[in-house]
Amino acid sequence: MSTLEIRDLHVAVGDKEILRGVDLTVRSGETHAIMGPNGSGKSTLAYAIAGHPKYTVTSGSVLLDGEDLLEMSVDERSRAGLFLAMQYPVEVPGVSVSNFLRSAITAVRGEAPKLREFAKELKAGMDALSIDPAFAQRNTNEGFSGGEKKRHEILQLELLKPKIAVLDETDSGLDVDALRVVSEGINRFRASGDTGVLLITHYTRILRYVKPDFVHVFAGGRVVEEGGPELADKLENEGYEAYVRDARKADTTSKASA
Amino acid sequence: MGLETKPLSTLHEKSSYDVADFPVPTGREEEWRFTPLSRLKGLHNGTAAVTGGVVVDVEAAPEVRVETVGRDDARLGKAYMPADRVSAQAYSSFEKATVVTVPRMTVASTPTVITLRGSGAGAAAYGHILVSVEPMAEAVLVLDHRGSAVYADNVEFDVAEGATLKVVSLQDWDDDAVHVSHHHARLGKDATFRSFVVTLGGDLVRLSPSVSYTAPGGDADLTGLYFVDAGQHLEHRLLVDHSVPNCRSNVTYKGALQGEDAHAVWIGDVIIRAEAEGTDTYELNRNLILTDGARADSVPNLEILTGEVAGAGHASASGRLDDEHIFYLQARGLPFDEARRLVIHGFFAQLLEKIEVPEIRERVLSAVEAELAR
Repeated sequence: MSTLEIRDLHVAVGDKEILRGVDLTVRSGETHAIMGPNGSGKSTLAYAIAGHPKYTVTSGSVLLDGEDLLEMSVDERSRAGLFLAMQYPVEVPGVSVSNFLRSAITAVRGEAPKLREFAKELKAGMDALSIDPAFAQRNTNEGFSGGEKKRHEILQLELLKPKIAVLDETDSGLDVDALRVVSEGINRFRASGDTGVLLITHYTRILRYVKPDFVHVFAGGRVVEEGGPELADKLENEGYEAYVRDARKADTTSKASA
Repeated sequence: MGLETKPLSTLHEKSSYDVADFPVPTGREEEWRFTPLSRLKGLHNGTAAVTGGVVVDVEAAPEVRVETVGRDDARLGKAYMPADRVSAQAYSSFEKATVVTVPRMTVASTPTVITLRGSGAGAAAYGHILVSVEPMAEAVLVLDHRGSAVYADNVEFDVAEGATLKVVSLQDWDDDAVHVSHHHARLGKDATFRSFVVTLGGDLVRLSPSVSYTAPGGDADLTGLYFVDAGQHLEHRLLVDHSVPNCRSNVTYKGALQGEDAHAVWIGDVIIRAEAEGTDTYELNRNLILTDGARADSVPNLEILTGEVAGAGHASASGRLDDEHIFYLQARGLPFDEARRLVIHGFFAQLLEKIEVPEIRERVLSAVEAELAR
């Protein structure tokens, strides 16, 4: 049983404050969808939790099972059980997928997997995501299509088995077939019930395949509405306009009063 | 013999066997401006006392003929004429030369390994090697430089019609060695030349690999890998002179630098003369600067004197490790040092695959590992 606890999180990029007090708790067995328009700070939340150096946490806390993630380096957070599936996975020239995955598994599990077992595990993982076995020998993400990159992210998710997974717009840029394959991967991952998922998305489409327990609407750097899966249907019909307008209004008011 | 000039091109105008034809460099000349002359131990101005100290050992393929010859051997200096003062000094000062011949139509079954072992940096030595690959013959050659020395030499690769020569030159010197060397390949019709240069050791290494073509169809690949540590000066000066039609060349050099006053210099000169229609050439240099205080100078020069080229290009980039690469790997649990090691490995990986001799590839790989562990 694991818990990711985000309390009053404020994050800035340079001088600009992006997150303005985010509160969120994700427990094992739960899937939380974070939905919001572009520029609302969804990705900032993902990168700040993972510890990207570009984002500065100005106040608040992020705890994983009571441990302060903000005190940890990026790799320590990963080894503590946090996983971030990137919206734009990075190409690493000269490092094969196989080498990359084996290095990651070794780091996260604390010991190198036996070569034969690793090969078996990798093959099974790739088969499940309909990834061509030849990818194992290709350079990590180099020349991959958008869909291939996202499948590769979910492959890592399934192999590394984190306690809490943050999926940053994993659905964006996917066609329906790829979306289904990727969603099945996420569902396999959460089927154990021992893991929590924070699913960040702009669109409701993926929520037809990956059913959330909770939906949070993000606007202006904070959560502005929360509810169950029915909130996603409301967004599907009404869009984000009302939230964006309210967030702007609140912003103007707070500036005026300051 | 007097000074010969090639007025058509502004690059590399002069060559001569006579030291006196080259003034003592002052450091202001284009070809010497990056080299710290004070660390050359007199190789450039004739003050280096010649006392020998480099032992040449050859472990030859059974099909290959190896001779040690005197200065008067008529075969020497045919493929290459010295292009600067140190090269001319070496040419007029060596006592014995090593001649390796791969007979006509012969495919050497094993690599021929020439080990040059220095016995101390206190004295200067000069050397000369001629590798002659006769028509339609094929061979792999390893030049393995070890120990410590102040050493200047010229190496001629004469690759005849239809022949193939693959060379790995390993500069694995001790920390105090000084080595100034010219490697020149002269390619006959449809000849293939592959050079792989690995420079890791030495206080100062200045290696100038060059290629010329005598007939169409010549194909040269020049690859280099260097790892520069604090205080080292590692300089590679490439010259490919396309003077006949329909030849190909590709130059790829990559280096990593770390530590105070680590200095890499890469000069990549390619000349495509008016006669050299249908030339296909590309040169690339990349430097990965791992710490503050390290400096890479990278100067590609492409001089094209004909409008009829098949392809001509160059690229040069020097930069730091990409933070996004490191973040991605760290986000997958790899500690910073491990992430850095993997990225640098990746930087060199495609080059390492090109080393034909597995033992040498393993040795270079472990040498790079050792550099990263410093």
